[in-house]
Amino acid sequence: MAEILRFEDVAKRFPGADYNAVDHVDLSVDDGEFVAILGTSGSGKTTLLKLVNRLYEPDSGRIYLRGEDISAQDPVQLRRGIGYVIQQIGLFPHMTVKSNIATVPRILKWDADRTDARVDELLRLVGLDPEEYRDRFPAQLSGGQQQRVGLARALAVDPVVMLLDEPFGAIDAINRSALQDELLAIHRESRKTYLFVTHDIAEAFKLGTRVLIMHDGKVVQYDTPDVIKSAPAGAFVEELIGSAV
Amino acid sequence: MIEYASRYGYKLEEALIRHLEIVGLTLLISIAVASAVTLIVMRSDRAARITIRIFGAVYAIPSLALFALLIPVTGLGMDTAILVLVVYNQFLLIRNFIAGLDSVDPLVIEAATGMGMTRRGILAKIRLPLAFPVMLAGIHLSVISTIGIATIAAVIDAGGIGTILFDGLRTQSVVKIAWGALLAAGLAIAANLILIAIERAVSKKYHYGTAADDETEAFS
Repeated sequence: MAEILRFEDVAKRFPGADYNAVDHVDLSVDDGEFVAILGTSGSGKTTLLKLVNRLYEPDSGRIYLRGEDISAQDPVQLRRGIGYVIQQIGLFPHMTVKSNIATVPRILKWDADRTDARVDELLRLVGLDPEEYRDRFPAQLSGGQQQRVGLARALAVDPVVMLLDEPFGAIDAINRSALQDELLAIHRESRKTYLFVTHDIAEAFKLGTRVLIMHDGKVVQYDTPDVIKSAPAGAFVEELIGSAV
Repeated sequence: MIEYASRYGYKLEEALIRHLEIVGLTLLISIAVASAVTLIVMRSDRAARITIRIFGAVYAIPSLALFALLIPVTGLGMDTAILVLVVYNQFLLIRNFIAGLDSVDPLVIEAATGMGMTRRGILAKIRLPLAFPVMLAGIHLSVISTIGIATIAAVIDAGGIGTILFDGLRTQSVVKIAWGALLAAGLAIAANLILIAIERAVSKKYHYGTAADDETEAFS
């Protein structure tokens, strides 16, 4: 499979810190993969994600998306081709579900019919009835429904890569499991590349075609769930897997 | 009192119109200046803090003193009055404008940035609409404060309701004092009621399905 994303010796240190949040990471992601990025808090997993859409800039190293160095691209344009979902969802509280989902299509000046059709298509995709939910405000939705809308909003213009930062972290166990199943179905159908940050081992192993385990800013293992389970790379990974059983 | 009004009604009318003129012009200029200053300083927390502190200090200067201070520079009359009133308003307006813009959830802004919205787009479509009720509260305060301080502007010949009040004080005419007080207080109360109605209408429009006072609409 073709490579879509590559990190070359990428390091990021925050001002005032005496360690690298992301410590010289090399990484290659193939097109259509679902990479679950697993780590404890402070492991650098969210930082790694935010380097891809340039919410953070690396101190050294290069990141290539579809073979092109992202530091040479306009960050605003770059982000319009990348879906981004965060745990706190960040829906715009003063806009309806429809307007939230239509944000990027409207920026890209899609005509109204195309936008409306896309909004309804996406709502159905994430399991919400368009007739019922289209005109609601975020405050009129449950947490799980809000995150479905967040997902639909990120998928709106068919991004090359989806970045998901603990999207189900604040959702109860039952809804969470349903959302994971639906996300897997959406991924399988769209064949896009997903990077999914989580600190939940079961979630990472359930979702990831490959799991990337981070510790202290470094990648300690990056492989399929089966290989990680059968041949954990070192004591940290062993302990991590052990803690989940 | 009625007799005075029937005989000198034109004077009262003239004073009221002049007062409204001063308040209206002051507000237009104040809001324009405060918006411009807010846009300039909002990028830096430190600049915003310092700006608010400076205008806060100016706001603490008694209006009579500030009027007197400016007479050698800009002379007597309405222009000087408006200048002073605009300067006073900056504290109330800028403070609320910045507080409103800062009150927007940073995670909402992060989501918007991550989606590829420009800084300007985020300001226009996300931050301003969400900040609007707080900004309006600042405008409300500045309207009431301007109506009050503008009466004092009569001492530098700016005209307005203050003229009647100060005339009354000088000639010890209770009728004039009463009319002046009535007009000044009435205008402030009327403006307050109108602004409260506007704020109600805005907060209703801006409740986004959150307000508990309107559940039936929210869930229909």
